Amino acid sequence: MKDLHQFLISPSQAAQQHGPHDRIVMSSRVRLARNLRDLAFPGWAKKPERVKILETILPAVSALPEMADSFAEAMDNLTALDKQILVERHLISREHAAKNVGSGIVLNREESFCVMINEEDHLRMQALRPGFQIREAWNAIDRLDSTLEKKLNFAFDNELGYLTACPTNLGTGIRVSAMLHLPGLVLAEQINPIIQSVNKLGLAVRGLYGEGTEALGNIFQVSNQMTLGESESSIVERLEKVLSQIIEHEENARQTLLEKKKKVVFNHIGRAYGILANAHLISSKETMNQLSFLRLGVDMELFPGTNRALVDELFLTTQPAHLQKQISDKLTAEERDLIRADMVRERLKSVSRPVTQ
Amino acid sequence: MQCCVCKEKPATVHLTQIVGEKMQKLDLCEDCAKAKGINDPTSFAMADLMLGLGASQELDPSAGAVEVKCPRCGFSQADFKKSGRLGCPECYQTFAEGLAGLLKTMHKGTRHVGKAPEALRKSRETGDRLKLLQKKLNKAILTEDFETAAALRDEIKGLSGAAPAKAAK
Repeated sequence: MKDLHQFLISPSQAAQQHGPHDRIVMSSRVRLARNLRDLAFPGWAKKPERVKILETILPAVSALPEMADSFAEAMDNLTALDKQILVERHLISREHAAKNVGSGIVLNREESFCVMINEEDHLRMQALRPGFQIREAWNAIDRLDSTLEKKLNFAFDNELGYLTACPTNLGTGIRVSAMLHLPGLVLAEQINPIIQSVNKLGLAVRGLYGEGTEALGNIFQVSNQMTLGESESSIVERLEKVLSQIIEHEENARQTLLEKKKKVVFNHIGRAYGILANAHLISSKETMNQLSFLRLGVDMELFPGTNRALVDELFLTTQPAHLQKQISDKLTAEERDLIRADMVRERLKSVSRPVTQ
Repeated sequence: MQCCVCKEKPATVHLTQIVGEKMQKLDLCEDCAKAKGINDPTSFAMADLMLGLGASQELDPSAGAVEVKCPRCGFSQADFKKSGRLGCPECYQTFAEGLAGLLKTMHKGTRHVGKAPEALRKSRETGDRLKLLQKKLNKAILTEDFETAAALRDEIKGLSGAAPAKAAK
């Protein structure tokens, strides 16, 4: 068995990945839901049937050219900590992390493809890209799906399209999403009207870890909700338009804040720096929220010489499972808060106070 | 007006969402609205809500009648009500009637548009074409345009000979 932690890209490398508009769009993802014909969906299938499905799908996916060098494993061979790390990296869903016997994962070396086996559907295939690249992600996952359909018999109906466990995914089985960092819109108090108008367009806005999570660190996920009656390319196009508009609104909000509410912005960034550089106990939630303002400060060039990658790396390494992996998985929450604060102070030693004239 | 969730208390929260050309409406009482998290617009997504509602409303047309079970996997309507998920691909046939209304509120359309497995793509296109021709044929017969009707009939014959029976369904 390959060691997951030797396989995974290091947090510093992960933070170095760049893509278009990555100031605001942290990452893009397209996932397709597919199921095998004539077999019960994972939530209804009995354990032996799920195991059989996994044994059919796992080798088929691992043999794909895109997955030539991959980490392919049954979920019951991963520790709870491993799974949590995969969630913090946004490679698997929280639902999938709760799976054991009969579920699996195939992740390629570049971490540009991650396939979940027997999550809610037999197959949840994802293409991941840094920055604003939803079209590239769609093209990539479309190709992978076309290769895979030659080996596996997907459940498909002429009227209803690809059949999925939940009727909300029926048809294309596609979910196109982007993770956005929107501190400007939050500070300018424009975020709620934006969320509402995005909702009105039939798109969902969620927190950092998807369904039912809060928007920690001013990070929001925007994705399509409807999957039946609209083609993949039209969904991608619609998302592209909406996301471009959100990017524009965020840039405008930052500009306006600097012109009209400079002190408010400097106050948030200065306090964030003060806390992160000096705290001795800090929760992961507070860390995320303060790092968000530090990231904004870097974007606004208040920390000359500091790279955004430093902040993005801390976004990852300060999360509970990543922290436990570096130290020990037997840490209490308070010990974690202490170690987290030590780590952040250490990393911010090289960063000088924000330059606000 | 009654709340559409508990069907007991009067509805005081009214929501309207316009998606494409369709309007979705919900009328809820204060308690149900709170329970569904509607006073917090940031966490609220209409489709999430519709699913829960639709599951109890639309999939239960035969309450009191014999419970329908999927012949392939044994899944029942009660199971759907509990989980909001279906048992197997064939359940979409088994529960087609109950699902139709639910799909309409949930999605942009009720017919798949977009990618299809390559092996099925051709038969799918032929099926679409046949449907269109049949429609034209009916119209031609109604308007007594028999010349066009004959031509259409021949085209349909040619196509259905080439396509597998399943596609013509």
